[in-house]
Amino acid sequence: MAFLQLKGVEKYFGDLRAIKGIDLAIERGEFIVFVGPSGCGKSTLLRLIAGLEHIDGGSLMLDGRDITDAPSSKRDLAMVFQSYALYPHMSVYENMSFALKLAKEDPAVIREKVERAAQILNLTPYLQRTPRALSGGQRQRVAIGRAIVRAPKVFLFDEPLSNLDAALRGQTRVEIAKLHRDLGATTIYVTHDQIEAMTLADRIVVLRDGQIEQVGTPLELYDRPANQFVAQFIGSPQMNVVEGRHLPTVPEVPAGGFVGLRPEDVTVQLAAQATAGGLPGTVELVESLGAETLIYVATDSGAQLVARQATRTALHNGDRVGIFVEAANAHRFDAQGRAARAG
Amino acid sequence: MAKKSSLSPALVARTLIAWAVTLLVFFPLGWLFLTAFKTELQAIAVPPELFFTPTLENFHEVQERSDYLLYAKNSLVTSVLSTLLGLAIAAPAAYSMAFFRSPRTRDILMWMLSTKMMPAVGALVPIYVLAQKSALLDTQLGLIIVFTLSNLPIMVWMLYSGFKDIPPEILEAARMDGATLWQEFRHLLLPLGLGVLASTGLLCLVLSWNEAFWSLNLSSAKAGTLATLIASYSSPEGLFWAKLSAASLMAIAPIIVFGWFSQKQLVQGLTFGAVK
Repeated sequence: MAFLQLKGVEKYFGDLRAIKGIDLAIERGEFIVFVGPSGCGKSTLLRLIAGLEHIDGGSLMLDGRDITDAPSSKRDLAMVFQSYALYPHMSVYENMSFALKLAKEDPAVIREKVERAAQILNLTPYLQRTPRALSGGQRQRVAIGRAIVRAPKVFLFDEPLSNLDAALRGQTRVEIAKLHRDLGATTIYVTHDQIEAMTLADRIVVLRDGQIEQVGTPLELYDRPANQFVAQFIGSPQMNVVEGRHLPTVPEVPAGGFVGLRPEDVTVQLAAQATAGGLPGTVELVESLGAETLIYVATDSGAQLVARQATRTALHNGDRVGIFVEAANAHRFDAQGRAARAG
Repeated sequence: MAKKSSLSPALVARTLIAWAVTLLVFFPLGWLFLTAFKTELQAIAVPPELFFTPTLENFHEVQERSDYLLYAKNSLVTSVLSTLLGLAIAAPAAYSMAFFRSPRTRDILMWMLSTKMMPAVGALVPIYVLAQKSALLDTQLGLIIVFTLSNLPIMVWMLYSGFKDIPPEILEAARMDGATLWQEFRHLLLPLGLGVLASTGLLCLVLSWNEAFWSLNLSSAKAGTLATLIASYSSPEGLFWAKLSAASLMAIAPIIVFGWFSQKQLVQGLTFGAVK
């Protein structure tokens, strides 16, 4: 049996069915990321696991124990909130030791655990400060420290990086990954940022409208998306999805179906120099990002495509081009958006 | 010309108006203070005497004729206990309304407030009969219950708006940290809400101390508060202005001193949630 098992979990807000029968098994030590557009129910699902919202249907088992109706305080989970939610009237030390104090741990043990966590998170010089006197990144680390001193069964992270600036976000992401590698703790992490999801997760759970669209490792989702939604949600810039009739070079597309192409599977050549067999089109926009270049083109049949290449380009807006696609890597979707197997 | 005069006409006008309003508000209190130290004859002299030899005679007489300390004790006991009782009921109510909102929360709050719009005299007969049937007439307990009930709506409102300034995630974090409801209250709500709890308590203390309608109607010699002491000088044998003033001064002095020391806290509490 899985370490954390969700069976048919339901949540209603009034008449709104926010979570629609979620089944999910999480193994001990896994790093699971819930990802999806805003309003998909990912934070609600996390709060249901945390016990901060009441579960209206289904069951939740943790380490062999039914915790469906257990209060948050009895679930042995720790949570890092988006707003950090530090106790403003307590010092960093008191914030981090609060849970242990409530659990009536021996003061000497508390001191040792807090000091070790502070050392891991580089918080030792700040232990006597109040949260007010810390920067955003330091507050974030205190929130993480508060969770790790307890050595809970599962760590829950609710969009922990969204209040940090871009540079700090990348840095903290790496720290969280290292922390997970060192502690090996089971973790559930909610984000709307697919880069965070791809870089941190052992497995990603893609949610939409309170339902799971697909569960899998980052590369499984990238290489074999179950449907058009997952295909376009994972990967940046997102996958090109066009009607099959626009791309005659891709065989075996279901009738009325769609073709999905990662931007790296599309190449563009100036029409004059293009080898035969390219789709005719026009360059609409060129984005030079340094390490890579994104070329937005429109085929003459009316499809919009993005090409990504690792080299710089001499193409300009309005240039006539030939467009080539890597048919072997193409994804095929039926008219309902479900992935269709080629051949 | 380099320095613009700080005494612009607008400023002078504003200052004068401010002083006029202040004097107008303060005048009855000042007059009360002066009259308390006059003889009965001086008190009704026309034109009124502004300069006179002050006397403490009125205070002696008030204490002799009616036991000031008994009334003062009644005031103290009823206002303190009704405040504590009120806080004990209002704090949990405000907590649940602020942190566990339901679609009806707003309606309940409005309904509570609306009970304060009804004139107290409208409920006099039923409450009098209830107090009589339960042997609470002229008892401290009876007054404590009535004071508490009449202050509850305002206490819940003040605490509600104060608690709403506390981010709910902080309490959720405590729950995740293993805090029980009581520990959540003890370690977070109490320290974080101390300001609003204190100012709500202070306001209710003042309101209960000054309460006159219910104490006049539900109490007399045994449980009477200072409000009933003052009233007792106003009718039976005609008006005794000097003694009435002395009694009033003794009744309001403690709460004025108290209010003076706690005014910062009071103002802060009354403007909770008003500014972010």
